Amino acid sequence: MVTYTLRRLALTVPTVLGVVVVVWLLIHLMPGDPVEVMLGETAARADRDTLRAQLGLNRPLAEQFSTYITGLASGDLGTSIHSRRPVAAVVAERLPATIMLTLAALAVAIAIALPAGIISAVRRGGATDRIALTASLAGVAIPNFWLGPMLIILFSLRLGWLPVAGSGTPAHLVLPALTLGIGAAGILTRMTRAAVLETLGEDYIRTARAKGLGELRVIPRHALRNALSPILTLLGLQVGSLLAGSVITETIFAWPGIGRLIVDGIYTRDYPVVQGCVLVIAIGTVLVNLATDLTYAWVNPRVRYGDAGN
Amino acid sequence: MQETETEPPTPPTAGPLGKATGGARPMRSPRASLIAGGLIAALLCAAAVCAPLIAPHDPVRQELSAGLEAPAPTHPLGRDKLGRDQLSRILYGARVSLAVGVITVFISLTIGLAVGLTAGYYGGAIDFWFMRVVDVLMAFPGILLAIAMSAALRPGLGTVVVALSVIGWTGYARLARGEVLGLRNREHVEAARALGSGDVRILARHILPLLAGPLAVQATFGLAGAIVAEASLSFLGLGVQPPTPSWGAMLNDGRAFLLIAPHLTLYPGLAVVIAVLGLNLLGDGLRDLLDVRST
Repeated sequence: MVTYTLRRLALTVPTVLGVVVVVWLLIHLMPGDPVEVMLGETAARADRDTLRAQLGLNRPLAEQFSTYITGLASGDLGTSIHSRRPVAAVVAERLPATIMLTLAALAVAIAIALPAGIISAVRRGGATDRIALTASLAGVAIPNFWLGPMLIILFSLRLGWLPVAGSGTPAHLVLPALTLGIGAAGILTRMTRAAVLETLGEDYIRTARAKGLGELRVIPRHALRNALSPILTLLGLQVGSLLAGSVITETIFAWPGIGRLIVDGIYTRDYPVVQGCVLVIAIGTVLVNLATDLTYAWVNPRVRYGDAGN
Repeated sequence: MQETETEPPTPPTAGPLGKATGGARPMRSPRASLIAGGLIAALLCAAAVCAPLIAPHDPVRQELSAGLEAPAPTHPLGRDKLGRDQLSRILYGARVSLAVGVITVFISLTIGLAVGLTAGYYGGAIDFWFMRVVDVLMAFPGILLAIAMSAALRPGLGTVVVALSVIGWTGYARLARGEVLGLRNREHVEAARALGSGDVRILARHILPLLAGPLAVQATFGLAGAIVAEASLSFLGLGVQPPTPSWGAMLNDGRAFLLIAPHLTLYPGLAVVIAVLGLNLLGDGLRDLLDVRST
């Protein structure tokens, strides 16, 4: 496991460096002038020159990259053009809200998908299976920028059960978490169903049943436990999608997280903020994927031995 | 995800442009999925191509006095805040969605195929470095990179296509590379090599045709992903600009009137859902019909 962990870490370092380079390139190698995009075509030349100097865009590319990397190493993500505050501080303020929303959405996805996927697999081909599959297909197809407003219309405007937007109470978290989690639940249901179906066909399940164990013991203790590895992997992969989805979900529900910060940064042309947020989310995704890989290898020895053999 | 030599079983098709699709094979018959999905895809194409013929009104013609009008016989899906006909705008919006989707898939497929074929066939350092680039781009979740790129460029149709293609090619590259790795030492390829065929000829005549099935399936899911991604960018104001009708922008416009005019949000969103559902069904059906394993 130690060798496997070291190998995975060795692969992660260049990926993180690559992510850093890509985010830097976003502003430096794009066609057109980012300063003009931020200030508009009609901005005075003096204003453009001031902002260009402020962003360091008037210096040689190598020097700009060196400054950027040095700053990152000390946690400096630049300074917000809009608020004049360090981007790292602004991101740190908003990050907990996004993490909370992502975890709540994951909880929604798990709460829906695990029972639905298991029941669907156990009752394969039946009416329950068909309903679960159709619902999961719809869950995958419904984009969160539509689901969110539909949930607002139903639960906030018609029934008056939940707040339309904002934050501060657990009730504020319900609709954003549902909006973000239902899509993930659709994918997870299909995966859970497939994984449980695969294990239900194994010899040890037949043996357990032959020994007289009831389904209530066979499914959770034997089938689900062995089906967990791929489900766990998919859950890890979903974190990245949920973080990306938070950009739109937080915008719809005025949730004060990083996603909304990105959109606000785009509208106010505060590019250092956009750049910093994208970097934090991308690196966060890489690290979650690393943790997923390591957890998967930990619960499934075949992975680490197979990897060591290659 | 870091590249693992031993992959977990049946991972989903996690398109870089949007939600993951595919994954577990459902119980529907391939024929049912194909017919349903094909029918919806055909309707989408027909709506896009025939929009000028079938749209009941001019999609950009404003009539401010009739703003937010509820659905009525003359305007079956109602009117937006500027009094423009919703149905006509949705039909014209299909053109934008489909155009962005098809062009994005074409560019992504071309780049991804070139990179994947080269990396898989030649292996070694070329493969290593190409795949590291793919790893890095795939580290960006969903359409985050496209959002950042669209913010750095001027919003518009071209920007959306560029932004989505820059991340879209990675999935095709990884798929093509994986397939080529399994095909490059097959007997028929060895035989062609022994007969003196060059690399380009071997790739074009003996390997590429065998990739058609998996690529067609991936492209179908990719088209659905691109449609959602375009709508997402337009929803954020980074996509197609007014007055050109776009489903995402229409949804965003309607958000301010959820209570008094829910039809402004309901119908453009339904258009996205139906299009994505149809293309996903088509992809599912194609995958089962062609017996393509999940990638």
